[in-house]
Amino acid sequence: MADFLLELRSEEIPARMQAGARAELEKLFRREMDAAGVAVGDLTVWSTPRRLALIAKGLPTETEAVHEEAKGPPVGAPDQAVDGFCRKNGVERGALEVRDVKGRETYFAVIEKPGQAVSDLLAAAIPAIIRDFSWPKSMRWGDASLSSESLRWVRPLSGIVALLGGEVVPCIMDGLASGRETVGHRFHSDGVITIDGADDYADKLRSASVIVDHEERAAMIRDGAKTAAEAAGLALVEDEGLVTENAGLTEWPVPLLGRFDEQYLDVPPEVIQLTARVNQKYFVCEDAANDGQNRLANAFVCTANIAAADPAVVVDGNRKVLAARLSDARFFWELDQKTTLAEHAKKLERITFHEKLATVADKVERVAKLARWLCEEGIVNGDPDLAEQAAQLCKADLVTEMVGEFPELQGLMGGYYAEKEGLPLEVAHAIRDHYKPVGQGDEVPTAPVTVAVSLADKLDTLAAFFEIEEFPTGSKDPFALRRAAIGVLRLVRENGLKLHLGMALGLGWLGHHSDRQLSDADIDRRKIITSVPYFLNDRLSVVLKEAGIRHDYVAASTDWNWSVDGRIDRVEARARALTNFLGSEDGTNLLAGYKRAANILKKEDYDASASMEPEHTGEEDPLALAGKPEFDAVIAETGQTDGKSLSYSPEPAEKALIDALDVAAPKAASSVESEDFEAAMAALASLRAPIDAFFEDVIVNDPDQDKRAARLALLARFRDAVHKVADFSRIEG
Amino acid sequence: MESEVKTATRESSAGTRDPSRSFQDMILTLHDFWSAAGCVILQPYDMRMGAGTFHTATTLRALGPEPWNAAFVQPCRRPTDGRYGENPNRLQHYYQYQVILKPSPADIQELYLDSLKAIGVDPLKHDIRFVEDDWESPTLGAWGLGWEVWCDGMEVTQFTYFQQMGGFDCKPVAGELTYGLERLAMYIQGVDNVYDLDFNGRGVSYGEVFLENEKQMSKWNFEVADTDALFDLFAKAEAECRNALGNNVPIAAYEQAIEASHIFNLLQARGVISVQERASYMGRVRDLARSSCETYAEQMAPTWEAKFPGWSLI
Repeated sequence: MADFLLELRSEEIPARMQAGARAELEKLFRREMDAAGVAVGDLTVWSTPRRLALIAKGLPTETEAVHEEAKGPPVGAPDQAVDGFCRKNGVERGALEVRDVKGRETYFAVIEKPGQAVSDLLAAAIPAIIRDFSWPKSMRWGDASLSSESLRWVRPLSGIVALLGGEVVPCIMDGLASGRETVGHRFHSDGVITIDGADDYADKLRSASVIVDHEERAAMIRDGAKTAAEAAGLALVEDEGLVTENAGLTEWPVPLLGRFDEQYLDVPPEVIQLTARVNQKYFVCEDAANDGQNRLANAFVCTANIAAADPAVVVDGNRKVLAARLSDARFFWELDQKTTLAEHAKKLERITFHEKLATVADKVERVAKLARWLCEEGIVNGDPDLAEQAAQLCKADLVTEMVGEFPELQGLMGGYYAEKEGLPLEVAHAIRDHYKPVGQGDEVPTAPVTVAVSLADKLDTLAAFFEIEEFPTGSKDPFALRRAAIGVLRLVRENGLKLHLGMALGLGWLGHHSDRQLSDADIDRRKIITSVPYFLNDRLSVVLKEAGIRHDYVAASTDWNWSVDGRIDRVEARARALTNFLGSEDGTNLLAGYKRAANILKKEDYDASASMEPEHTGEEDPLALAGKPEFDAVIAETGQTDGKSLSYSPEPAEKALIDALDVAAPKAASSVESEDFEAAMAALASLRAPIDAFFEDVIVNDPDQDKRAARLALLARFRDAVHKVADFSRIEG
Repeated sequence: MESEVKTATRESSAGTRDPSRSFQDMILTLHDFWSAAGCVILQPYDMRMGAGTFHTATTLRALGPEPWNAAFVQPCRRPTDGRYGENPNRLQHYYQYQVILKPSPADIQELYLDSLKAIGVDPLKHDIRFVEDDWESPTLGAWGLGWEVWCDGMEVTQFTYFQQMGGFDCKPVAGELTYGLERLAMYIQGVDNVYDLDFNGRGVSYGEVFLENEKQMSKWNFEVADTDALFDLFAKAEAECRNALGNNVPIAAYEQAIEASHIFNLLQARGVISVQERASYMGRVRDLARSSCETYAEQMAPTWEAKFPGWSLI
């Protein structure tokens, strides 16, 4: 057993790539060792800006000898087959053994692989690891780069330490020979450091002012920054991203606290924090106030990579840089306020939203119209005027200097400027929060005006991109349409909105009213009204899956009444009721009865027109159905098969089913109408016994054509009654 | 008077320079340093340009297999950065110090750090860091990987390994160092305002040399320049670039591309180019610069291939 150390030294590796590089190094090392048959236990992988290190404890020094046998063709097989077998196993024909297999003489290849020195295997593995290493971006350098085939690495590779049990594993990569010599800290250490092996590596580097363990450096920064802030009577604003980044920028991290001019605190705290973090990688601090309302303090913590002779000099340099940055930020903050948001918004006419989708100003107009509509229709309980105003201003900050500098402040700055301008708070807050929810953990707006603008913005994005057929595919979603969809779902679900997507898009977004003559182009555009709800329902299905609701139950609840249900809340309520129902014994049996009925009807090729089912084209215009309950009633009535009109006396089970349907069908229909899906399911449950008995006692395929026709019609009526509640044909298994 | 000049000349000769008190001594120290490192010390390119990278000693010389080591000061013009002399850090005209080393030497980082020490930046007193910053110039069809070098949190140098230029792989790769001279000098001299820099170590300030220029040029860039004339100049430079390309003088063509690029920057400062037009103008400049580089490389390729058997442009 021996411990192995590999250090790959290079010029400064970007901080953001180091975690990935550690994983890659481990992966490739394991791959090479697996292929060589070397058992690898736990690995330690470290990184600093200037090196990647890997330690494998307890590697064997030799691999075990391997004895392999392979059965070949029988003796007398064509030469081609025998030669092929020899080639495959790398043996000479003369070396084949002949053995008896069930009375047939058969060739066998016996391969003895002697054990190999692990040092030799490592010597071959290291160049392979380096060559195959995948970096997000890599480069060529130096004399070798005269050829474009020269080695690529993230930055010039400058040294290889490879030691197995204290012995150098000799290898050469592009003129770089492995050895036991490395270097310490760029400024705190001179000359080379000689490493004995895996055991003294970290310590030798430590005495050369390099903390090779990235997690130890992270802890030094995390704790050091906190301590520095506390020593100044402040509370550090913790930021794990910054901790990792600074650990990736230093080999000897020294957190230092500095102060900046208090006058800059006029600038919003988010701006100061962002300026400090993004541009300078500094932490910020807060005054630890008694009221729990911490306020940003005029202090920062930078992380130096040296134990400076005089830390104050380093701090002062950093302070000056931050001051210059903050001075710029304040300049933007003041400059932006010299123009009203309404004036800023005019410049949106010059910004292309998407090459096929005109300008941001056009988008804003659509969003404003839709936001107003949502309020006017009472879908969102907000003031239509305020919603429209907020929507018209919600993108204005995109043309401000501050958002130009820090795009991540979009919305937030608009909110600040709106408040400074004295606009109603509802408007300012709607501008500020209308991008929400952004990520999974992000809070969902609840203020009505904000909800209206946020919802309108996201629906518009979806509809607009769907209109130009920019659908997300696979992993590609360049316009974040899935995120927009999730945002819509969360807004609707968490605010309990009864939003009909078809109507919102048709009336609120496209502005089409039923009394208007539609052109072909208009009708074409109305496909969006179908495709957006389908897309949203797909996403809903993903969300509900986590709540234990099967995707086919969602599908059965989505595609209902021969068109997609654009009411997200209704799809969910129906799918939940369906889940409960189908989880019960009644439900399971009813489903079985339904399937049997549907199968018979299908086998008989039962005329669809008799059950009033319209042709499914996938291009239905939901507006034609939406909001017209009288249409449902008509469908419901024409579907009736009146028991009294039969030309023969029905059998008892037949009669029982007819009677049960007479009660259950209208009840289910009216419950669906009033969106009481539990009651609708209960109505279906009352059909379970009659349908079971019907199949038990009654022969559908009666020689009497009248009876046969009447019974098929009865089954069709049963099926349609079920379909009125949910599309059971979508249910799998 | 005469004797005073002579004394001054003697005192500011190599060895007695004081880069910590004098802007020009800092430049001269860098010249000494890179000259000793084997660089050709060039003078600035005599055209208005946005960055030292535009100098033919960088762009065109980054192409081809021949070794090339050069250092020079390049005045840079960034019309939109003008602040009428009122901002302590922003200027529409400033100096860059460019070093180009091809192929990039193995000890290029150490050489660079030694040059910082030479001008008085002690890395045990000041926190020097190499922070990822990749460089890309679509205009030149060029990109490279490297860092911005931080000194106590301030970016003082752009450090790039050119990977492609004019759309061609750099074979070999050149290392490019671009020092921001004013900010380095402000740092070394401990001044907060660029105009307070001591220019010559004898009390002539940067402001005395450049403040009036900044005021007038800012006004001209933003308010005065005749935009019709600028549009016209842009078109003419573009046409002349094509003319030069058609006659196989790509260096002349490249100069016209630089000219067009600067005229475009002036039009930007005048605020007469809309967002939509902007992309189109940038595309036109890019075409000119790339065509010039391509034609240059293709024209030189036979010579390079003859001198370096086995080497090929593509």
